[in-house]
Parts: sequence; C-alpha cells; structure tokens
Amino acid sequence: MDEEYDAIVCGTGLTECIISGMLSVSGKRVLHVDRNKYYGGDSASITPLEDLYAKFNAGSILPEMGRGRDWNVDLIPKFLMANGELVRLLIHTGVTRYLEFKSVEGSFVYKQGKIHKVPADEKEALASGLMGLFEKRRFRNFLIFVMEFDENDPKTWKDVDPKRTTMNEVYQKYGLDQNTADFTGHALALHTTDEYITQPCGPTLARIKMYQESLARYGKSPYLYPLYGLGELPQGFARLSAIYGGTYMLDKPVEEIVFENGKVVGVRSGSEVARCKQVYCDPSYAPDRVRKIGQVIRCICLIDHPIPNTNNALSTQIIIPQNQVGRKNDIYISCVSTTHQVAAKGWFIAMVSTTVETGNPEAEIKVGLELLGPIRQKFVSVSDLFAPTDLGLESQVFVSKSYDATSHFESTCDDVLDIFKRGTGEQFDFSKVNHTTLGEE
Amino acid sequence: MATAARTSTGGGGAVPSAGKIFQFKLVLLGEAAVGKSSLVLRFVKGHFHDYQESTIGAAFLTQTVCLDETTVKFEIWDTAGQERYHSLAPMYYRGAQAAIIVYDITNHESFNKAKAWVRELQRQANPNIVISLAGNKADLANKRMVEYEEAQSYAEEQGLLFMETSAKTAMNVNDIFLAIAKKLPKTDPAGSRNPGQTVNVNTAAQNVEAKSSCCGGSTGATPANAAPTRT
Repeated sequence: MDEEYDAIVCGTGLTECIISGMLSVSGKRVLHVDRNKYYGGDSASITPLEDLYAKFNAGSILPEMGRGRDWNVDLIPKFLMANGELVRLLIHTGVTRYLEFKSVEGSFVYKQGKIHKVPADEKEALASGLMGLFEKRRFRNFLIFVMEFDENDPKTWKDVDPKRTTMNEVYQKYGLDQNTADFTGHALALHTTDEYITQPCGPTLARIKMYQESLARYGKSPYLYPLYGLGELPQGFARLSAIYGGTYMLDKPVEEIVFENGKVVGVRSGSEVARCKQVYCDPSYAPDRVRKIGQVIRCICLIDHPIPNTNNALSTQIIIPQNQVGRKNDIYISCVSTTHQVAAKGWFIAMVSTTVETGNPEAEIKVGLELLGPIRQKFVSVSDLFAPTDLGLESQVFVSKSYDATSHFESTCDDVLDIFKRGTGEQFDFSKVNHTTLGEE
Repeated sequence: MATAARTSTGGGGAVPSAGKIFQFKLVLLGEAAVGKSSLVLRFVKGHFHDYQESTIGAAFLTQTVCLDETTVKFEIWDTAGQERYHSLAPMYYRGAQAAIIVYDITNHESFNKAKAWVRELQRQANPNIVISLAGNKADLANKRMVEYEEAQSYAEEQGLLFMETSAKTAMNVNDIFLAIAKKLPKTDPAGSRNPGQTVNVNTAAQNVEAKSSCCGGSTGATPANAAPTRT
C-alpha cells in the first residue's frame, strides 16, 4: 500500500466504482479500497439470505425460503432507465459484457386506492382505466405533443416555450386534470415532489420523452434490472478499473485522510500511508465533510406471491404520487424475483421506500405495504442522506452524495459525471475506452 | 482422435457445419505471476513474451476448440490483477462452468495458494464446475519445487484434471483446454447460460454507437496485446 497514486478511491459503492473505472480508463493510477470484505458498500446485494437476517437481527430464515445462497437482496431499490445515463455509461465502457439484464415487466401508478398500468403511448392512453373518456383524448393529444416536441425546433413547440412556460401552464393548455397531472409528473417524468409544476416545462418534457424512448427500447416497461441484483453493477465497473490498471484492496480500514496545508496528500490505514493527489469517497469515509440533508425509509419485504393486481408480473414498479396520499414525496414500490436470480423459487422481494417526512416513518409507508398482500418477512431501515459540504476543489477530496429515494440511477449518474468533471477539470471522454481492445476477440 | 484446438475468427462465424456449438465461461485463478495470462495468450494467440505485462488488458478472450461431434467456445476471463489483495469479485466466478487454477512449479507457496483457490471455488462457485490444475513453467524443471507426484495425488484426491504446462514452450497448453472441453457436459446449447429471456443492451445500442463513435464496429481489428498496460 505504501505507494503513490494519482487518486485513491474509498468505498466500492456504485458511484465510486464508476468513478474509479473512468479514472483508470483516463490513464490515472488508481488505488481503490473498501473497509468491507465485499464489493458494493450501500449498493451491495446481500447474499446469502442468512447475512441479511443477521444484519437486521431478524432470527433465522424459514425452511421454505430454500438455500440462502439463491438470494441476492439489494439494500437500495433502483431500476435502470433503458435509455438513461447509466445504460449509456455501461455501453460506452463495455461493462455490459459482464452483465445480463431483464426488462421490468410492469410499471404501475396508484390512484384513489387502486393501481393502474402507466399509459405511455397513445394506444395505452386510450385503453387506460386511469381516466374518463374525454380526459383520455386530452391526454392522448398531450402525449402526441410531447413525442413531437423538439427543444431545438421552435416549430414543434405549439406556443409552449420550454424555458418560460411552466408545466402547470402546459397541463392547463391541454386541459389535463389533477389526477392526470399526478401520474404524468410522477410516473412518467419521475419527479419525486410537485416542485416541478411551477418551473419551466423543458426538463419535464425531456423526462417524459426519456420514459417514452426507454419504453420503446424493450417493450414492457422502460426499466431494466441486472441478473443477480444491483450489486453486480459496482463489481462490473470495478473490473473495468482493474483491467485498466486499478489496484483493488478490500477489507482495508481507512483510518484517516491525510492533509498538508488543507490539501489531501494520502490515506492512512493502520501504520501504512498511501500517498495520492486526490481522494474520491462516499460520505462514510469523510464524515466531517458532509452534512445531513434528509432521511429515507426503505422496507425490504419477502413475499411468496406476485404483488396483487399486477397481472402476476415477475418484476414491477409501482409509484404512489404524493398528492394521492397527502404527502410531499412519492412512495416507490419495486419488486424483483426468482427470474432475476435474486430469490429462491417462488419468492419475490418487494421494497417500499420514500423520503421521510415525519417522526414516524413506518406509518408513512403503510399505504405501500398494504398493496403487497401477505408479507412473510419485513426488514425496515431508516438511513440518513448526506451531501458534501464543499465541491472539493481546494482539498481535492471529492465526496459523493448518498443514494436518494428516486427509483432509478439518473441522479447517481449526474453525481458521477459532476464529480469526474470537478476532479479532472474535463468531461469524461468516452472515446478513451477502446472497444477493440476491451472486447471479445 | 481427430481433435484439435484452433483459432477462432470471432463471433463464431468459422464453425464447421457438423455439430452444435457450446459456449462456456472459463475463469483463471492462481497467485500473481504464475503465468495465468501467458497460458491464455499462448492458447488464444499462440505466442509468448518473457516479460508479459501483469494484466492482460482485455475483458475476456475467446477461443474455440473442435471436438469430434461438437464445438466448444471458451469465454476466458482473466483476474485483471484483482486476486493480488484477495479482492476478486463474486461476479468473476458467477456462472463459470470451468476453471484453471495455475501454480508455478518453481514456487511451492504458489501451490499452497492454488489449494486455497480450489477450496474457494468449491465453496463459492457452481457445484458442477470443471476444475483443472495447471503446474506452469514446466520448462524450468531444474528449479522445480513442487513434485509432479505431489500435485497429481492432490488433484486425484480432489477430482481435478491435472497437467504440467509451459506457456513458453506451449507444452500441454492446448491439451489442458482440450481436456476441459471434453469433460464439460454438453447439455445446454450456446447462449443459454441463464434461464429466461434477457435483453441485449449492446445490440439495442448499436445504432446509437455507430452515430456517436468513430471507432465502433471494428471488433477484432486490434490485437489484445495492444491493450492498455499497467503503468
């Protein structure tokens, strides 16, 4: 360990592994350490199942849960948008070669106590039970407008200025009611709160387009999920980093980030100090450089049946828009199963999560838990969310944000690209990944 | 028997009409510097360098072996140096149907490490994995520290295939891959390593890549040893 590196990356969560891969690909000498014996940090998938029970002091697994090794349980529920930034990163870095994905079968939204399939194209809009007859037609016109909308071509704007017109004004223009606005903003544009309504509509229209384009890629839903769980993602990027020369040390406690004159010079583990010019880490490695910005509650539920009213989908997302249940933040339900090699035969893992708003977070997710049918085992966690106190430009310590309550990885990728830009002063150059040398011969 | 290892031309295009193609993931394990990458480069490319860089620099290499009735395509994964500090990811073993555990016959400690890797695989990997043990650097027999008989009796005890090999002289290199190819069960046709339908993220993205990248679409044009090297 007593060597000099361009960068030391601490923690092997997804954010740090992508950054490590990008740095190695860019020719930096990287040391990547984790205090744990396993890859993934907070974005690990826990296996065997006995380890999850031990983590939550939950006794022992039931005989009908099969072999513990057949389970890989994510701690943080997320899906990949098929046309989103993470998929772009996976493809351009060649990391897709190590992974296999399945399309998530169902995308649902909650309205007045019931769940409905999210209608994303004009055909589905007309068949949807979410809206009355006239509202369907108005929504269809709105979808066609979004599909044809091009931010760079004012002819497609139809009197909507993406930089000036608010989203609320767009809803009014198309005569959409509150319920339709709720699922459009939350289940298609994937906003977690209603703040977007009074803001210019451009970004929201772009998000709806991304949903439509993601859906168009693989059909059933716009979401993808990797076989063996989300914990495969950090491992894939770690392998990329290693292939480009990154050095990996797990089970390596980091006692201190060492500074000279306010700038980082190394990382100490025991009596060893590895020297470096920069440190990239998750909040747990730099507790005095982050501040708490909120809390997320996540409830992992093991169930032995599909979620009711989802057409027996083997994988699902359900969004409960905040307005429908008198909240400020949406509640998300994700469900994966045997088909993704994450649970024993006949079992499903459902996760209910949201941003905490009250002193009794478990009561906040009750409406979500009630949609699941009988639950065989629950594991509840309330986690603090942290963000760095500064940009790291002086200290050269770049701290990532905690994984938020959103149901996909878009905000994680924004953080990755932003940190890379702050750390290296440049945008990541995808052309540095040479597919002909990376790949299969 | 009319069997031979031969070079593939990528994408499985040059496969004889007779017989089915079976694809298998094969992982290499063993202590650093025992010659894991050299063995693969000898097998896949037919060459050897005295001072091979310490990483192979490729995601994985493929090579095809023709048996009498069938064709076996190996997808060979190198450790990319992650074994050095015991930091190999579980993903590495995931779905592997074959493994070659390599030690250096001039280094007894590397043989002890090989035994530890065997135990690790028996614990972590697919229970039906075909494991073979390769005592590499057999050309350096005058510096031998691991007796052939010692390794052979260990391999027998554990049910492993065993050969001494030399990436330098090519001794037994093709043979060990061929022996593995013969031992692997030929029940699943190529591409069915996982049950159920998965989506091909790469295929769906090809249009996007062709537009945005000037170097895309020429897989196989550059030799693997031109890959980035450890600095």
